Amino acid sequence: MQLVCPAGNLPALKAAVRQGADAVYVGFRDDTNARHFAGLNMDDKQFDGAVAHIRQHQRKLYVAVNTYPQPKGWERWQRAVDRAADHGVDALIAGDPGVLQYASSRHPQMALHLSVQGSATHAAALQFYAERYGIRRAVLPRVLSLAQVKHVAASSSVPIEVFGFGSLCIMAEGRCHLSSYITGESPNLCGVCSPAKAVRWSEDADGLSARLSEVLIDRYTPDEPAGYPTLCKGRFMVDGKRFHALEEPTSLDTLDLIPELIAMGVEAVKIEGRQRGPAYVEQVTGVWRAALDAHRRAPERFVVKDQWRSVLAGLSEGSQTTLGAYHRSWQ
Amino acid sequence: MKLSLGPVLFYWDKQQLGQFYSEMASLPLDVIYLGETVCSKRRAFNLDQWLGLGRELHSAGNAQIVLSSLTLIEAASELSSLRRLCDNGEVLVEANDMGAVQLLAERKLPFVGGPALNLYNGHALVQLLDAGMMRWVPPVECSAALIGDVLEQVRELGRPLPEVEVFAYGHLPLAYSARCFTARAENRPKDDCQFCCLNYPDGMALTSQEGQALFTLNGIQTMSADVTNLLADYPGLVSCGADLLRLSPRAQGMVGIVEAFDRVRQGATPPVFVEGCNGYWHGQAGMLRVEEVGLC
Repeated sequence: MQLVCPAGNLPALKAAVRQGADAVYVGFRDDTNARHFAGLNMDDKQFDGAVAHIRQHQRKLYVAVNTYPQPKGWERWQRAVDRAADHGVDALIAGDPGVLQYASSRHPQMALHLSVQGSATHAAALQFYAERYGIRRAVLPRVLSLAQVKHVAASSSVPIEVFGFGSLCIMAEGRCHLSSYITGESPNLCGVCSPAKAVRWSEDADGLSARLSEVLIDRYTPDEPAGYPTLCKGRFMVDGKRFHALEEPTSLDTLDLIPELIAMGVEAVKIEGRQRGPAYVEQVTGVWRAALDAHRRAPERFVVKDQWRSVLAGLSEGSQTTLGAYHRSWQ
Repeated sequence: MKLSLGPVLFYWDKQQLGQFYSEMASLPLDVIYLGETVCSKRRAFNLDQWLGLGRELHSAGNAQIVLSSLTLIEAASELSSLRRLCDNGEVLVEANDMGAVQLLAERKLPFVGGPALNLYNGHALVQLLDAGMMRWVPPVECSAALIGDVLEQVRELGRPLPEVEVFAYGHLPLAYSARCFTARAENRPKDDCQFCCLNYPDGMALTSQEGQALFTLNGIQTMSADVTNLLADYPGLVSCGADLLRLSPRAQGMVGIVEAFDRVRQGATPPVFVEGCNGYWHGQAGMLRVEEVGLC
């Protein structure tokens, strides 16, 4: 099972390579990718450096062009596809049918991976993209139980990539407009969720308040750890009760599932986090490389080491992890 | 301008559904969407019963009947149900995921592209037109300007336009999850939900800690707290190229809503102001009423 790691800049890419990533995925510095954050992603010079570094170390480079273009920006997505193809990247990750069609007809030699933003959860949906655009792999949304992943992997000819670690979208990716409902900017159209420019912190007698477009997402007492106000991870009121009505601040961690994912033929496991720094990428990649290598050496004796767990827990949102939808009880 | 009645997004029992559609039967609706789009555990009606209801509604008011497909397909059993829906042999299907699109294209059947399909530009739309899409319901976050641009791009690509249906009234369906938020709010596991969303025919209100209405929980679906209402924006709906307006069912007051939209499409002057959000339509945050915040 291939280890696919994130890089929001060149130092993170080098960290991922150093720690044994089989493939690294990056985005260009504009709204053509789903992590369109200020200062993040690759300009021309960084991208050239990324390509050279990946080739030197004989790994794979994937480029995410995985937001949904609007007509007025269409040429920007075309250029992003062309640029990836001109550099001979190992795969383009996309979700928009128009972008996929353009890439497959203009650059038939370039492998296409269906982005998680494509929101394909079963064999018939994968067949749509396979028949028309010849996708070589699909990233599954984080909505399926382990048994359901197994069924998709067994029933589709398209190889599967799943999320293994990182921030947890609790909504089906590509099918969530919560951010644009509150802030006007969405993952599909703008490549952002709960954008930083909409965040405002304030402190008063009630505690520390975290707001998004002036909407109160959460409020913390002095003894509570405060987190970024991702709007699906705040505390809200339902039926007179205050709680994390959608999800708690937590990260997905599936080290425990490595044997099952490999047994069901999952081709690649993806680490989320292009918005994270090189130190984060370095540590997460190192743990996952060690775990996958341990499984390869002696699958029957594979156990998750406490040390791996504690490293990952320390890097997780709210210092806690979950198996997410893979584990039925989370649902 | 045609008026359509969207599928019921909430879980209503058989009696409530029957009562609701008997009220709708005599209203001037051109299209009626039936079927379950949110949760496969909701089984007030099975496929044959939806088809039977469709026949009754069609003979009562001559409305076109469309069956809407489940939006988030996870289990193998749900994929089997989707195949049966596509094979119904009688009525048009609204595809709410790309799997439904694929199955309908394989059968060479025309279909409606529902609001949960990510279609935001003309190139993508052409891909779906090639697959058989004859009507497009844009994602609810699309503005009038964006819809206009998409249609212009389709024209530039030399293709005839599909019918365009805009989500004009109701709680906006915003997100889908593996998790059931209604069961979570009641502290029940999803696998033992006891069909608790039956207790919330208009969904469960979610507010901020300051009491600001934000979302409506409806099982695995998260909706807007406010209803969207584009009645005052009627001239803009016409000029952007909308052919149909979708009115999404609520438990109360739908007769009045259908009648209000019908009066305006018959020539009555649209109201200057209506309750409900319209931010998306004007390219703003969806929750806003643009006239109130001075953006319009």
